[in-house]
Amino acid sequence: MKTKNMFVVLLVLLCLTVSVFAQGTAEQAKPEIRVLLANHPYGELLKTKIPEFEAQTGIKVNYESLQESQLTNKLTTEFATNSSTVDVFMTRPLQEGLMFIKNGWYKGLDKYDFNDYPSNSVDIGRKDGVAYIVPLVTEWQVLYYRKDLLKKAGLTVPTTFAELEAAAKAMNKDGVAGFASRGKGAAAVTQLSSFVYNYGGRYLDGGKAVFDSPEALEATRFYGKLLGNYGPQGVTSMSWENIMPVFQAGKAAMWTDASVFYGQIVDPSKTQIPASDIGIAQLPRGPKDDSPFIVVSWGMAMSAKTKNQDAAQKFLDWATSKELAKEGMLTNITMARDSAWADKEVRAIMNPGLVETQAHAAKNGYPFDRPFMSSVGQARDLIGEVIIESINTKGTSTKLPALAAEKAKAVDDLLKADDEYGKL
Amino acid sequence: MIRQSFFERNLRYLFPLPALIFVVVLMVFPVCYTFFLSFTDWSLTSGKPLNVVGLKSYFDVLKEPRFLEALGRTFYFTFGAVIVEMILGITIALILNRAFAGKGVVKTLLLLPLVATPVAIGIVWNLFYDPTIGILNYVLSVMGLPQSGWVSETKSVMPSLILVDIWQWTPMITIIVLAGLAGLSSEPYESAKVDGANARQVLFKITLPMLMPTILTAVILRAIDALKTYDIIYAMTGGGPGYSSENLNILAFKYSFEYFRMGQSAVMLVFLFIVVMGFSLGVMRLRRAFEL
Repeated sequence: MKTKNMFVVLLVLLCLTVSVFAQGTAEQAKPEIRVLLANHPYGELLKTKIPEFEAQTGIKVNYESLQESQLTNKLTTEFATNSSTVDVFMTRPLQEGLMFIKNGWYKGLDKYDFNDYPSNSVDIGRKDGVAYIVPLVTEWQVLYYRKDLLKKAGLTVPTTFAELEAAAKAMNKDGVAGFASRGKGAAAVTQLSSFVYNYGGRYLDGGKAVFDSPEALEATRFYGKLLGNYGPQGVTSMSWENIMPVFQAGKAAMWTDASVFYGQIVDPSKTQIPASDIGIAQLPRGPKDDSPFIVVSWGMAMSAKTKNQDAAQKFLDWATSKELAKEGMLTNITMARDSAWADKEVRAIMNPGLVETQAHAAKNGYPFDRPFMSSVGQARDLIGEVIIESINTKGTSTKLPALAAEKAKAVDDLLKADDEYGKL
Repeated sequence: MIRQSFFERNLRYLFPLPALIFVVVLMVFPVCYTFFLSFTDWSLTSGKPLNVVGLKSYFDVLKEPRFLEALGRTFYFTFGAVIVEMILGITIALILNRAFAGKGVVKTLLLLPLVATPVAIGIVWNLFYDPTIGILNYVLSVMGLPQSGWVSETKSVMPSLILVDIWQWTPMITIIVLAGLAGLSSEPYESAKVDGANARQVLFKITLPMLMPTILTAVILRAIDALKTYDIIYAMTGGGPGYSSENLNILAFKYSFEYFRMGQSAVMLVFLFIVVMGFSLGVMRLRRAFEL
């Protein structure tokens, strides 16, 4: 009977060793890296190009493609539990950058050449002189509008907030919402930001919450007034993924959101409106300023725990290369590299509306669309409460100042808990 | 005496071992670790290692109005859904508990919502509920009734979500009750007939009391699930508009994966654990009383 025991033990050992050896031989044969991509148009582009990279370098790339918040969840869980095997990943500098830097999850990019990038786009992913994130894609706030409806109403493209309101009012009829923008609390924070800036306000100033300032409040009221009076029904539960189909179905006359959606709303397979009836313009200027957000929405980074640094570096250099940036631009993805915008071939093809609004935002814009802090998720929910109150009351709420002050204090508490109060 | 090997002497321990390891690794350990985390201030946004802070996270959570609202909503959702599901489920079961043509087809149709994926259900119902392009508001407007915001408005979001839960889970109650009905002995009915009891008396004095253990089992199963509901709410509203459809599970998810405050999230899950546990024990005790 002893032999039976021995047999079981041997079997178990065999199973273990076989898998260990299998791993060992594979690593020796071919360097392998694991890459996490977002299901963003640029992630899609990379997916189609990865086989070329593999053929050129002999590096095997195992990639996964995830929706943005799931990507953050997955990275965070893997890094926090110290079980990560990720080498390179797409990352959102404004959403998770601070937290990832703080926890030491990014690898410092001391070998990377950042000369082709606007310096403020690199600075967002920099701490104590070390850069951690390569900017990939930029976005800025624009106004999409229906040329036909505007013409029918006898109006021109609004250039001020007063004109914007008048246009929203004039076109809000026949089951078409005059104006659409995100109303879903936390999601709306990024779209409200440009309104706040144009009213002369900020979310944070010197590491303290100031979205309860009179300027910011006025902006929040104006935003609530527009959406409460002329927005689509149920707007407080709508983010871009709910508004885009409404605009594509011809049920909204104007829509303000990030520039990234232009490609999808003029795509004849997705929209019922002829592309010739869809216009893109810069966000109208406000009473105090003309400063829409222009942000690095996506970047690429290397994991501090990478075991294949050479292969990971090669992939990072390739995935953020000039050539791929140009390819991205040619498919309407607005890349962060300066050279991509200067390229003649690109300029010949790119939509002039995108080029103009980008030039305007690059010159006048503000590089944040949300409070830039580690606890940004919770802060967005808190600001979102103020936005929803404003929309629900069409901007007239008497409780708004007190509510905003209360939420600003809560955001200050978050900053204090994260050791960021007064420091950013 | 025959010398048995270690392996053979301990067969009764060795065979259940894989299952036991599975339960310990995937159930017992996470629950214990959640309890441990609830006494810490672990927060990824601070970038500091976790500290054991005793009950501080508990106090923080209890001070948070969102938590108390979510706790209330957890009960609201559960009671709202389970009560209606029980009434409908038992009624349908009593109707189906007789021979009629096409019974098999009806039973199969009834089962369909039960086997569908919750996220798919959420997406489809969201299309129905859409205030601008959804079919429900269209039907209401055709009938000349006022339109509703359904899941996009604070005041109607919870009833709308409960409706989806009822649609999905009533069939389960029906199936369980039908099984219970099939197992009832016919003797009490025969003597009731002899005694001249009417249909109503038979239902309330015989059928329902005898079904009680089955019904309570169904209540436990359904209520535990409803207390822990996550998928439908996450797929349909994500807890919104605002926070108006957040239950404990959704709130705990947000605290861990959107706010990265693991300590406080663990506290919420401990409360959810206590609620589910307490509820189940209570109903089980009640069930024992009926089993005499």
